[in-house]
Amino acid sequence: MMTTRAEKYLKTAKLPHIWCPGCGHGTAVNALLEAFERMGIDQDKVVIVSGIGCASRAVLYLNFDSMHTTHGRALAFATGVKLARPELKVVVLMGDGDGCAIGGNHFIHSARRDIDLTAIILNNSIYGMTGGQLSPTTPVGSSTATSPNGNLMRPFDICSLAKAAGATYVARSTTYHVAQLARYFQKAISHTGFSVVDVISQCPTTFGRRNDMADPVDMVEWERDNAIPLAKAQQLSPKELEGKIVVGEFVDGSQSNGNGRGDGPLP
Amino acid sequence: MTPSHKQRLVQGNEACVEGAITAGMRFYAGYPITPSTEIAELCSRKLPAVGGTFIQMEDEIGSIAAVLGASAAGMKAMTATSGPGFSLMQENIGYAAMAEIPCVIVNVQRQGPSTGVATAPAQGDVMQAIWGTHGDHPVVVLSPASVKEMYELTARAFNLAEQFRVPVVLLADEVIAHLRESVVLDRETLPFPIVQRKKPSVSPSQYLPFKADADGVPPMANLGDGYRSQFTGLVHDEAGFPSTRPEVVNSLIRRLHHKLEDNRQQIASFEAVHLDDAELVIVAYGSMARAAIAATRLAQERGLRLGVFRPVTLHPFPHEELVTAAARARAILVPEMNLGQLVLEVQRLTAGRCPVVGWSYVRGELPTPDLVLTQALRLLEAEEEYEDLLQLAALVRDDIVRPDWWLEQEWGA
Repeated sequence: MMTTRAEKYLKTAKLPHIWCPGCGHGTAVNALLEAFERMGIDQDKVVIVSGIGCASRAVLYLNFDSMHTTHGRALAFATGVKLARPELKVVVLMGDGDGCAIGGNHFIHSARRDIDLTAIILNNSIYGMTGGQLSPTTPVGSSTATSPNGNLMRPFDICSLAKAAGATYVARSTTYHVAQLARYFQKAISHTGFSVVDVISQCPTTFGRRNDMADPVDMVEWERDNAIPLAKAQQLSPKELEGKIVVGEFVDGSQSNGNGRGDGPLP
Repeated sequence: MTPSHKQRLVQGNEACVEGAITAGMRFYAGYPITPSTEIAELCSRKLPAVGGTFIQMEDEIGSIAAVLGASAAGMKAMTATSGPGFSLMQENIGYAAMAEIPCVIVNVQRQGPSTGVATAPAQGDVMQAIWGTHGDHPVVVLSPASVKEMYELTARAFNLAEQFRVPVVLLADEVIAHLRESVVLDRETLPFPIVQRKKPSVSPSQYLPFKADADGVPPMANLGDGYRSQFTGLVHDEAGFPSTRPEVVNSLIRRLHHKLEDNRQQIASFEAVHLDDAELVIVAYGSMARAAIAATRLAQERGLRLGVFRPVTLHPFPHEELVTAAARARAILVPEMNLGQLVLEVQRLTAGRCPVVGWSYVRGELPTPDLVLTQALRLLEAEEEYEDLLQLAALVRDDIVRPDWWLEQEWGA
């Protein structure tokens, strides 16, 4: 059973967690633990670094060396950890606001350096912890606490951003596609270089309720019904792709020839 | 001193890097900014040779963050900046205080506010260095006044950071950073041993990362040591787990404060120049202290008893010694290259034992010794004439807001 397999990776005494019922983050973390299990990682040689927000709270329940840092700065802290102890696997957990708004600069520069970190963005397109404000991945038209008449601004496509900035493994999946998600996590963590996994996660409490998906099941079905594999998406027009979630590996990692310390040759 | 073959003409910023490497610094993250940039440049050259790591980050926020990550992973780590970058670093300095991660931050002060005058000295960041990040927090602030001291105090900054698990700010200024003096910089000349952080003596299963010893400081396991360390900026219990319980909040905030306050005698340091028989005491720090000490020599030629009290630690402050000096003096003059920052602390600590008067010099340059001496003479005259302290304070306040008017009267500057 998954729970038993996951137990050694959790600070079980610290549970229950603070996430709302129906939140997708637990599903994503479970997929991450599944990836660790399959990799047979040495728990003492993995450091998990996070920022501030719902997603970043995960580290407090994980039985690893961890740093729960300041809002947006997880990747910069992780850069210091990795350079100080290159033999450690450093996994960075962030939310979409944490990783791509306040932390956007660190995100693109980590990608540019191709430093050997794995950036996992639990992307629910909302600031959940503060009550549901607009984030840099909120779709156009969505209602949030700070866009009550609908969001007017285009969202970031995190994978395009990561690819353009030079990340050498980039993938996206959702909390519906858990097997694929665990596989991508495993590939990202095994990859030497800067790897990014954009995890589409659901926040029924602060996003769904304002956007006709109050039931968590509605949100997960939305992920299922709108996900399109990358190969198929490449055949579609931008118009046809509106509102879709393109899942797959955008940069497959085969091109990385860096040494992971941010000073290797560019791919 | 007899000349030594080890004697070299060294710049303040270079001495800082030498001091850091001597103290064991093996990680530097920074972002270019005048007048601290030489520190980053020299670290990029010198660190690889000693097996260390240099990285130029995307901004000062990332620089201090990387420093804290590296320190949590066991490296002695440093960054250097000036006013604008120091402002950007404030949030993570608070994180260092809260998560008790040792680090050294060099702030080479330049004229502010904002971009100010990038190449000009100032002392406008004193209050920010002590109180800059939000919330009550422990921090040590050191003020070097010579190239030799850039070396020694940088090394001491690492010692204090490692011993007490606090951020230590080396609050230099442009004059000291760019000054060149003939010095001998080697480990043998350091008047103290190099300190390493206290490691846990218990097994990982028994380790509570924030359970303090009697000195108020918890032993620190590094990331990757197998102790499953957990760092957070949230208020946390001894296990490092967040808590909002009032008793946990109270005990953590007070412990963070007391680990420095209870060890103040050990940390606080100062230099006394002709202090014992001084009728007028100048309290000055950094490059301003050099002008003040030179002024005491000019005063001696005129038969005046002028002394200097130079706090080396601006925080924690060596206040017992200051109070003793204040009790003997007719008056205290506090010249600063700001609009009066440390003078407020001196007034508070001396609590009316003698008149304490500030002199603000905010021209983006260091005043000459005779300017400082003239201010001192003027204060002595005023102190005789105005027995009422309020009148005296009013007189001097006038000078603070209109130094140019007064300077033009006296020197035609």
